[in-house]
Amino acid sequence: MSSSTTLLPPRHYLNNGYGIKSWLLTRDHKRIALLYLAGVTFFFFLGGAFAVMIRLELATPAGDLMTDDTYNKMFTMHGVMMVFFFLIPAIPGVLGNFFIPIMIGAKDLAFPKLNLASWYIFMIGAAFTTYAVVTGGLDTGWTFYTPFSTASSTSAVVPAALGIFINGFSGILTGLNFIVTIHRMRAPGMTWFRLPLFVWSHYATSLIMVLGTPVLAITIVLVAAERIFSFGIFDPTRGGDPVLFQHLFWFYSHPAVYIMVLPAMGVISELIAAFCRKQVFGYTFVAFASLGIAILGFLVWGHHMFVAGQSVYAALIFSILSFLVAIPSAVKVFNWTATMYKGSISWETPMLYAIGFIGLFTIGGLTGLFLAAVGLDIHVTDTYFIVAHFHYIMVGGTIMAYLGGLHYWWPKIAGRTYNELLAKVSAAIIFFGFNLTFFPQFIVGYLGMPRRYHTYPPEFQVLNVLSSAGASILGIGYLLPMCYLAWSLRYGKLAGSNPWGAVGLEWTTTSPPPTDNFTETPVVTWDAYEYPTRVEGHVA
Amino acid sequence: MSPETSAAAGHHQHHPALAHHFDSLSQQTEASTLGMWVFLVTEVLFFGGALMAYSIYRSWYPDAFAVASHELDITLGTTNTVVLILSSLTMALAVHAAQLNERGKLMMFLAVTMILGATFLGIKTVEYYTKFVEHHVPGPSFQFEPEYFNHAQIFFSIYFVLTGLHALHMIIGLGIMTWMFIWVKNGVIDRDYVSPIEISGLYWHFVDIVWIFLFPLLYLIGRHVGAH
Repeated sequence: MSSSTTLLPPRHYLNNGYGIKSWLLTRDHKRIALLYLAGVTFFFFLGGAFAVMIRLELATPAGDLMTDDTYNKMFTMHGVMMVFFFLIPAIPGVLGNFFIPIMIGAKDLAFPKLNLASWYIFMIGAAFTTYAVVTGGLDTGWTFYTPFSTASSTSAVVPAALGIFINGFSGILTGLNFIVTIHRMRAPGMTWFRLPLFVWSHYATSLIMVLGTPVLAITIVLVAAERIFSFGIFDPTRGGDPVLFQHLFWFYSHPAVYIMVLPAMGVISELIAAFCRKQVFGYTFVAFASLGIAILGFLVWGHHMFVAGQSVYAALIFSILSFLVAIPSAVKVFNWTATMYKGSISWETPMLYAIGFIGLFTIGGLTGLFLAAVGLDIHVTDTYFIVAHFHYIMVGGTIMAYLGGLHYWWPKIAGRTYNELLAKVSAAIIFFGFNLTFFPQFIVGYLGMPRRYHTYPPEFQVLNVLSSAGASILGIGYLLPMCYLAWSLRYGKLAGSNPWGAVGLEWTTTSPPPTDNFTETPVVTWDAYEYPTRVEGHVA
Repeated sequence: MSPETSAAAGHHQHHPALAHHFDSLSQQTEASTLGMWVFLVTEVLFFGGALMAYSIYRSWYPDAFAVASHELDITLGTTNTVVLILSSLTMALAVHAAQLNERGKLMMFLAVTMILGATFLGIKTVEYYTKFVEHHVPGPSFQFEPEYFNHAQIFFSIYFVLTGLHALHMIIGLGIMTWMFIWVKNGVIDRDYVSPIEISGLYWHFVDIVWIFLFPLLYLIGRHVGAH
């Protein structure tokens, strides 16, 4: 850790202007990242509140806390808030925004005003959806399946969908900004194969954002036209096809899973290298695995529709393609573990999250193979097995990596360090609480408990009580970092420019960085993760 | 991108339009151009989703689509196609004039482009109005021959979504052209800073190309030689 003689730099992005205007009108990618941090944290806890209601209801087999209609709204709003307003924007919006320009040696993203606009679009979209939540809620499930969403649901489908439509442009513009930045703003000597893997994975993510999100946008336009103007594109009574909606929806929403998990993988590559003091094993393979996941991710959407009446031949093809996604995913997991082999591993908080990620992502990924197999998938379709699977990817994967990255880069963002012991305890609580919440759901789902019901047969109660108990532990685990990270902003020890002794351009500048990131444009003459030879020069 | 960003920074040797985070105007131009191309890719996917729906339903209901397509006014549609192609020409001439730093010509061609764009929207409004009068708007008031009543609604649903989104893009395009016109008038655009005009041109041409696809897909079904 840093020596006690470190001082805050006299000028940095946080003291470059004070007051609300200097934040709300900023074009500094670092300040915009903090705006995102505030936004996604709020929606995370809002989505979490709905999860609390779900787990409370499911603590007993009877529907004693809320009606079935209310329960429908609870799981819908939990899903909508978490997917669209936390999981998708969190890592790109906060960590990507803050660190991509710094990691490539640029002063800012290519389009700073567009970046600020992306945040406003995100907040406006979120405001619409939140409006839907408070005025009657939404009960379609986060998937908005037709014809229920277009013809039957009496809940606030249009404002909710409009919010998601608007928010989509935030993602599109962020992706566009990242792509152009990575192509055009790299510092001299920062070649493609010297880029940190965090940047590679965000590049792949951006491709998905740019190619997938517009399809969701047009799908929402079609649903809205049907609901508002009684157009008939998905209306079976007029010869329209609800399954077409599912195709269009999943064409975006399956790749969206990779929008959530690819940036997480990028974070893990950084953490593993930094805390094993080693170059990431098979750098090129890990980089191309990101692109491979992005490309394959567009070819597997049909596995969400094995029971939707698609042809058996289509199901077979989608099944095979879904299995293929395991290859680049496994390349990453094996390369991370190979990096750890004979590495000089240290067990600081970010590394705990990284190890947690690898374990939980592996479980989530392997159970994904169950779901790619058509025969097995039909058995567990719409059961808690699915719920457990995607929470292992999204919560066990994305949120673990997000928290790991936040802890790793917090000294850079805030210029101060948090309480390491408290952070380690929190990481352990989260890991334990997460597994207690979601592992029983694999079992109860395999035993046949369907998702999206507010009552269940009494024999499933033990597993559900375990799950609800785990959720309360998990909730405490999530509240703790918010408290001690906020505390560290004022009282934390000064971090110095490189508290971890890590390599990477972000550790060569001050903590917090100056507004232009570097006092002079860096010239890169080394590969990513050149441990340990370069490390001596970097220790503060 | 904007002139005020860098003027304050005091890089007096730099072009006033050079934003502080770029090293050179050419880097800025490359970034902006790539940004617009990436944006146009998203637009392809955006319209692509609706065209996917079109393809499926047209292959399922070819007769209803042909019959419904014949209800569209082919004269107005053709006129609009010519108007848009002409506007692409004047847009290209505007970019050329900008590159040659001929401000008067540039402003004239931008104005003509806007007039043609507005003409297109005017004709489109007439077409929409006719469809309302004829009860060809899908929904409760829809009227059509009973045999094709349901499937023709799907055709008109897609027709209104596609042409409506296209018209929305035209309106945004007119906004961009107005913005560019003001920039030229105020001297923001000069010999070294043409990229805003070029990028706006890319957008304008894209919107035209969308129409070039929509026109045959919507208006010309079953009108090829040899069809009834």
